[in-house]
Amino acid sequence: MVVVLVGIQFLPTRSNQTMELLSADFVLVYKVPEKMGRVLHTSCYNCHSNNTDYPWYSKVQPVGWVLENHINNGKAELNLSEFGSYSVRKQKSKLKSMANQIEKDEMPLSSYTFIHHEARLSAESKKAIVDYLNALQDSL
Amino acid sequence: MKTTMIMLFLALVSWGARAQHDHSNMGSSGNSQSKMETKMKEQPRVIPSLKVNHSLSVTSILDNYLALKDALVEDNSKKAASSGKMLLDALGKFDLSGQPESKQKELKDILDDAKENAEHISKNGDKMDHQREHLEILGSDLKDLIVITGSDRTLYQLFCPMYNNNKGGKWLSTSDKIKNPFYGSKMLKCGRVLVEITAK
Repeated sequence: MVVVLVGIQFLPTRSNQTMELLSADFVLVYKVPEKMGRVLHTSCYNCHSNNTDYPWYSKVQPVGWVLENHINNGKAELNLSEFGSYSVRKQKSKLKSMANQIEKDEMPLSSYTFIHHEARLSAESKKAIVDYLNALQDSL
Repeated sequence: MKTTMIMLFLALVSWGARAQHDHSNMGSSGNSQSKMETKMKEQPRVIPSLKVNHSLSVTSILDNYLALKDALVEDNSKKAASSGKMLLDALGKFDLSGQPESKQKELKDILDDAKENAEHISKNGDKMDHQREHLEILGSDLKDLIVITGSDRTLYQLFCPMYNNNKGGKWLSTSDKIKNPFYGSKMLKCGRVLVEITAK
């Protein structure tokens, strides 16, 4: 058992980080106000973008694999780094779903905010984001 | 003449209000009501009509969308999930090459979006609220689809003004009778007809 646990630490994982300029990035494309951009980065971008700010324990297996799987699912659903490359129709649908998920407290996931307290949305920032997403959707 | 016009106007306003708030069961029956209803029969309601081409290319897409919509009218999320899966398959089988080249990009965007929504519905058999959110997006996708491809049947686009915090939600049905898929049995009659889509 110990041997297995030590052994799996040496298996490679793929890191979700990129240095490329993200011209399709949500915050850039829509010139999101700085304060809201920060909230989005803290509460959404770790799983919904091409850049994850990894915690130290992501280097410990099997935790790292769980995270990798989690991020892959999150990105397949919504990738804020590539948002600008979506069709307008898809952008509108995603904006609608984002607003709904945040409004109904489905996102950020409670299993995520349980560890990442800083990702929790206050009632105030929740309302600000939902209103912002709805207005953005109407403007497209 | 002036009085008649005012009466007609009142009748129309009252009908509009009733159509939207039928679910409140106000039960305001009586003599004046039946007089107004008589007036309504003299003045057929005007529903905008949209004519699209006749086409069989969307038959299985519409069949499965309508089955999905009916499942949510019946508050049956399991059935909605299986219809969602069948809709996803039907959307995947749609033959883009048979469509005009100038419309293919738009059609692809519509189909891709519709597929994502159908997939969500198929995977959320335990979350009816979530299925309904995606049904709402699907309704617009499919309406836009048939405007381009044509339809094999007459459809009505219906509108529930209360859905999604009063932002409203649209859906398609073969009947102009309101059976609300966003609220199901909770508020079956909430809604009104937006447009009739006929296939010629």
